[in-house]
Amino acid sequence: MQPSSFPDPTAVADALDRAGYLPDTGIATAAFLAIRMGRPLFLEGDPGVGKTALAQALADITGARLVRLQCYEGIDASQALYDWDFPRQILHLRAAGDAADTASLEASLYDRRFLVPRPILQALENSPSVLLIDEIDRADDEFEAFLLEVLADNAVTIPELGTIRAETPPIVVLTSNRTREVHDALKRRCLYHWIAHPDFAREVEIVRRRIPDVAEQLTRDVAAAVARLREADLLKPPGIAETIDWTQALHVLGATSLDAARAAATLGAAVKYHEDQIRVRRDLLPELVESR
Amino acid sequence: MIASGSPVAAMTGFARALRAAGVAADATRLATSVAALDHLDPLDIEHVYWATRLALCAEPDDLPRFEALFDAWFRDRPAAPPIPSLPDPATVSAQLRSLPRAQDDNSGEQPLRTAANDTDVLRRHDISALTDAERDEINRMIAMLAPKVGARRTRRYRPGGRERIDVPRTVRAMLRDGGEPALLAYERRRTKPRRLVLLLDVSGSMSPYADGLLRFAHAAVRVAPATTEVFTMGTRLTRITRPLRLRDAELALRAAGSAVPDWSGGTRLGESLRAFLDRWGQRGTARRAVVVLASDGWERGDAELLGEQMARLARLAHRIVWVNPHRGRSGFVPATGGMVAALPHVDELVAGHSFDALRNVVEVIAHA
Repeated sequence: MQPSSFPDPTAVADALDRAGYLPDTGIATAAFLAIRMGRPLFLEGDPGVGKTALAQALADITGARLVRLQCYEGIDASQALYDWDFPRQILHLRAAGDAADTASLEASLYDRRFLVPRPILQALENSPSVLLIDEIDRADDEFEAFLLEVLADNAVTIPELGTIRAETPPIVVLTSNRTREVHDALKRRCLYHWIAHPDFAREVEIVRRRIPDVAEQLTRDVAAAVARLREADLLKPPGIAETIDWTQALHVLGATSLDAARAAATLGAAVKYHEDQIRVRRDLLPELVESR
Repeated sequence: MIASGSPVAAMTGFARALRAAGVAADATRLATSVAALDHLDPLDIEHVYWATRLALCAEPDDLPRFEALFDAWFRDRPAAPPIPSLPDPATVSAQLRSLPRAQDDNSGEQPLRTAANDTDVLRRHDISALTDAERDEINRMIAMLAPKVGARRTRRYRPGGRERIDVPRTVRAMLRDGGEPALLAYERRRTKPRRLVLLLDVSGSMSPYADGLLRFAHAAVRVAPATTEVFTMGTRLTRITRPLRLRDAELALRAAGSAVPDWSGGTRLGESLRAFLDRWGQRGTARRAVVVLASDGWERGDAELLGEQMARLARLAHRIVWVNPHRGRSGFVPATGGMVAALPHVDELVAGHSFDALRNVVEVIAHA
């Protein structure tokens, strides 16, 4: 499907919906503009709120390949862009022996087949693609400057090979967990969207999409319980991912609604800090189960 | 409404209003938002909302201000929720000036008038009991401190040393020599400065020391702007790293002062610390960092909460240094409620009442 085939945000919303991702107006508009304007989309929000899933859904609806670049401390160009396959180059050199003339041997050493494409180069080569740059805040700030350069040109220059340019620029999605402030120069180029927790009805719908054969009552109970947990000032409030996990866990145990015993047994799917678990078990659990 | 004039003019005015409210809605972002609206329906208020929000906002803190202003500009609603604006710089500087000054007119006690040029004595003197001239001298000295944190090893390697063989470089050398094994190239781990987090108590009981500590923080930010974070704690938590990045100390202090709404107010250390850990610390700011907490430990809130939050901080941070100005007084026992609750989790309890004490803090941080 061509990116231009979405006339308005509603069309994007419908397509995302069909792809199994239920967007609200904000997400749909952000996705629409990212596709139409070719601007990177900078997503922030509490963990587990569906930032990475949105990139996957975007790839699905545009018929593009998802390429993911997970950032971490110390990541550099040879892990993000490309690297040379040195052992193979050596083998090639050895196999050629003394017979070949030097000039052509040299040229053959830096052949495309010895190039190891890393995520960014993969995204540029295989258009159309969606490039997900996950947790950019974990990378060093020098890496941001480097990214800025690549995103501005949608091209990578390899000294030995020349410039590789994307046929159609990839749709770029950046996510951040705000462990540090991402440089404004990078943010300025992007559309910024803060993804909030979904409301009750949408959360129920999302879970039912993900786990189709689960009992409706259970979904509603869990969504209500999670909504209470989010208000309870925990160290780590559960996100949608936790709601889905918890529902799945209860569903596997054969539950059709939330009861105290099973809720206690599966609490670890939703609440993942020891201190939080103690608090929930002590103060909140009876209330959570009653509240339905 | 937009109908009453060109959309571009309306959005330019709106962006200007956002900037005045502290949102980073610069010209580039404005251009993006106008371009975005080009793809949308400019007569649909929801489309205008998203075109401006997606392009003009840059962090979650911007969103409440954006909502309030958007309602006022485009939905013709009276700006019912007052737009949070920065306080008038004049009042703030007056506040700052009056705040940390010693009471010179205090009951004839004129400490060290003759010793004002004797820096050796001055540097050991309690900051809270200085005259204006002495204070200026001390401020100059604090500005020259360079609080720098020790380094930690990272995952990244750089050439040199004998730590491990750098395969790509070795192979590249081999390729040049026609595949013959050449000299081995080595690499070693890169080191990076550890993050430094300063949490400054700006409540009433700390006010004599607030100015000195802020100057200390400014010196720290100047040495390592990218790896230093500064927050103030009082009745609430305020991040002042950005204003402190201004080069000029006076300007930086004034900007920081205007960002802090709770000067000389009460103390809710536990709650402020929890806010810090929730919003910053746990996400990564405090992880493996050297955390310096400057407070006298007078806690008006729940000391038990402070203890819990200190335990949380201790699990994240590399080292916790508590700077207590009263530590410098003879006969000091850490007996305030907050101090007692926090002490088990503190690695180092140091004084911070004089220049020498602050210099000692620099030493402690450097070797943390």
